[in-house]
Amino acid sequence: MLYATPVGAVVLTMIVGAIIFSIIGYNGLAAVYEMFIAPLALSYKWSAIAVKASPLILIGVGLAVGNRAAIWNIGAEGQYIAGALAGTGIGLVTQDMTGVWILPSMILAGLVGGAVWGAIPAWLKTQFNVNETLSSLMLTYVAIHLMNEMVTGPWKDRTGYSYPQTPIVKPDQMLPIIIPHTSIHLGVLITLIIALVMWFVMSRSLFGFQVRVVGSAPSAARHAGFSYKTTVWLVFILSGALAGLAGIFEVTGPFRQMALGFPQNYGFTAIIVAFLGRLNPLGVIIAGIVMAITYVGGDLAQSALQMPNASKGIFQAMVLFFLLASDILVRYRVRFIRRAPVVAPSVVRSPAE
Amino acid sequence: MLTDPRPRLSLRGITKSFPGVLANDDVSFDVSAGEIHALLGENGAGKSTLVKMIYGIMQPDAGQIVWNGQPVVINNPKAARRLGIGMVFQHFSLFEALTVLENIALGMDAKIPQRELEGRVRQVMQQYGLLLDPKRIVSELSVGERQRIEIVRALLLNPTLLIMDEPTSVLTPQEVDQLFVVLRQLAREGCSILYISHKLHEIKALCGTATILRGGRLVDTCDPRIETSRSMAEKMIGGNLKDIQKPAQRNFGAEKFVVTELSIPGHGHFGVALKNISFRVHAGEIFGIAGVAGNGQTALLLALSGEQTTHDADAIRITGTAVGRLDAKARRLKGLASVPEERNGHAAVPDFTLSDNSVLTGRDRLKLAVSGIINPRAARKYTGEVIAAFAVKATGTEATAGSLSGGNLQKYIMGREILQRPEVLVVSQPTWGVDAGAAAAIHQALVDLAAAGSAIVVISQDLDELLELCDTLAVINGGRLSRVMKVSEADINEIGLLMGGIHGAAEPAPQPVATIGVEATSAA
Repeated sequence: MLYATPVGAVVLTMIVGAIIFSIIGYNGLAAVYEMFIAPLALSYKWSAIAVKASPLILIGVGLAVGNRAAIWNIGAEGQYIAGALAGTGIGLVTQDMTGVWILPSMILAGLVGGAVWGAIPAWLKTQFNVNETLSSLMLTYVAIHLMNEMVTGPWKDRTGYSYPQTPIVKPDQMLPIIIPHTSIHLGVLITLIIALVMWFVMSRSLFGFQVRVVGSAPSAARHAGFSYKTTVWLVFILSGALAGLAGIFEVTGPFRQMALGFPQNYGFTAIIVAFLGRLNPLGVIIAGIVMAITYVGGDLAQSALQMPNASKGIFQAMVLFFLLASDILVRYRVRFIRRAPVVAPSVVRSPAE
Repeated sequence: MLTDPRPRLSLRGITKSFPGVLANDDVSFDVSAGEIHALLGENGAGKSTLVKMIYGIMQPDAGQIVWNGQPVVINNPKAARRLGIGMVFQHFSLFEALTVLENIALGMDAKIPQRELEGRVRQVMQQYGLLLDPKRIVSELSVGERQRIEIVRALLLNPTLLIMDEPTSVLTPQEVDQLFVVLRQLAREGCSILYISHKLHEIKALCGTATILRGGRLVDTCDPRIETSRSMAEKMIGGNLKDIQKPAQRNFGAEKFVVTELSIPGHGHFGVALKNISFRVHAGEIFGIAGVAGNGQTALLLALSGEQTTHDADAIRITGTAVGRLDAKARRLKGLASVPEERNGHAAVPDFTLSDNSVLTGRDRLKLAVSGIINPRAARKYTGEVIAAFAVKATGTEATAGSLSGGNLQKYIMGREILQRPEVLVVSQPTWGVDAGAAAAIHQALVDLAAAGSAIVVISQDLDELLELCDTLAVINGGRLSRVMKVSEADINEIGLLMGGIHGAAEPAPQPVATIGVEATSAA
């Protein structure tokens, strides 16, 4: 049942989505086909799915770990941007240099940038008991504004175009394509490896055990000698670093630069991916692919049926909604209770008794 | 006073089942007017389920409840109260920040103006000697005083049947005597009392009839004044009682666990602060800490286990090493094991398997996790040893902790700690909510561990358990520890007074019986 409900949620989304979009005036069945089936049917779209799935999986794995500990990092989008910014900064400094060390140092900067952005909510929570959901979310907007500032100001590409964007990455700063004639870059492989490593960590390592105990029974965690504060720090730094890594992979891979349109809500979609994957890194891999299909499918639906860009957001949200609903219905049973009439007591109690 | 020949309450063939367990199986007995009727049975026998049906909290699957000769359907507690059935629960529903009167007002069915309610409350208190100032705030009251609020609540409705669920588990010996005075007066006035307990000597002192339940079935209805405690106990557990085997000559070794002037501030608004707790436990000694709930037992366990550390490293010493500043994990490495009172959620994680729960506390001493990687095979092997040695009824090492019964889970947890061969073992409420068979096994295991040379500290609210098990005893009250006494020389009265402690000194002396009797006859 645990692994059937995500499948059921996707199926329900397809059915209800078809109905809703038919009502608004589109061809509902065709919409569902373009969203979910077409990306798989067209083999040339598979590399697009892989490239889209990679950041979702990478961020999703980090969030899955945190959510297992009942620590809610909602600011993955901000950590993603912060990592991309840090890596881009290194890239701009080195844009006139060559060397095999440039790309790894950008990637490292991405890791650190995301980790630092994630460390801020951790510090606020452990020092001041600030709710991490609020602080991480607000920091996302700070990151977005920071990015806008840099991209329209000091980091703007001065050559010719006046669009607010950074210069395109140089060849030494690009992630190599690992499968020829596709867009599948090294980041996709690294993501897969990280997901498998995190699966091992969560299931077999003491850290994974600690995370699960803290999320499941906080008193037992203290009894076992696991520090809640340390767990908060580690979880945020880990998910922040992975989100930042996803950010720099996007800059050095598909996107080639940073611009105002850089944030694609991967940080928020990854939350859905984490839950759809049942907070298990292996499940996150599959869930990331499913969500990537909706991204690619959304583009196909846009071009084939003139559907609005927001329609893929609607489908993604429906998946999460049906997943949560089926979780409740699987665990609890709906019972209709008829209120039975109260039988009047047939004895009058005398005061003398 | 008219005596009705029909029994006031008659249960006929009451049956109730839940998924997987038949809680009550064809139970039938009668309660007469003015009778103090005991409902006896160990944990899990079906007593609570039965009275919940009488009070309308649940409905029987089969059978009939007959009230004063008429069959009735009691749909909810309001209907029960309208019939004249009142109930005092084991766990109170009181708001600590409000006064006695406000708490009573909140629980009333009908809305009565404050003045009138206060008058009635004072009248009931006076009538039954349940003396309490209605304006006092609940957080300042002792547990015995809080129970009085619950009793007054029930009595305000003029019940003809009062159900009391394990009322004395939270009282000092003196408060138990005071409660019995109230109950006897109620019975004399014609109120029937259904008294749930597993404390045999109290039932012998108070009750005229006892119905014994075992495994959901009615075993016997007898007269406790004639029966012996032993015969009733054997009917309760359905077998022969095994006495604990204690070695005759108990020689204690060197000091293993020394606590000196341990003081920890109270946690939160209503937490109890620990003040200058000092005691010493030798190798082979079982030291008991008695006390009524809410006097710092929880804080003490957290302070000893290491979940709460202190600034003074010397406050706690294990075989000479100062550990006051070390956390639970570090203290385990020094040879301290602990068992908190909450099984599910604190001592064990209910969603985890028993094997994973072994890793929880055993990972360092037993090398179940080496350089950050868990060794599942070693964990399973150890868990299997615990299950075998302590006869834990579970489907295997991969059973989830939450699926075990209370007694079996407690056996597993005790076994998990004891088989780690700790130098010092601190346990809180070792047999709370545990069936008699498992309780006996746990007691024997503690005695055996002490005989092997460990020092044991038992914190318990069950004085009988402590007197049976421990060599030395102290009483905790208001976060302070009394002087340590030898159990063989201990005086129950003194212990009872120490348990009442600071609260006890402020309590008014119980009313002389004669005055109460006069008031009762004038009211009738």
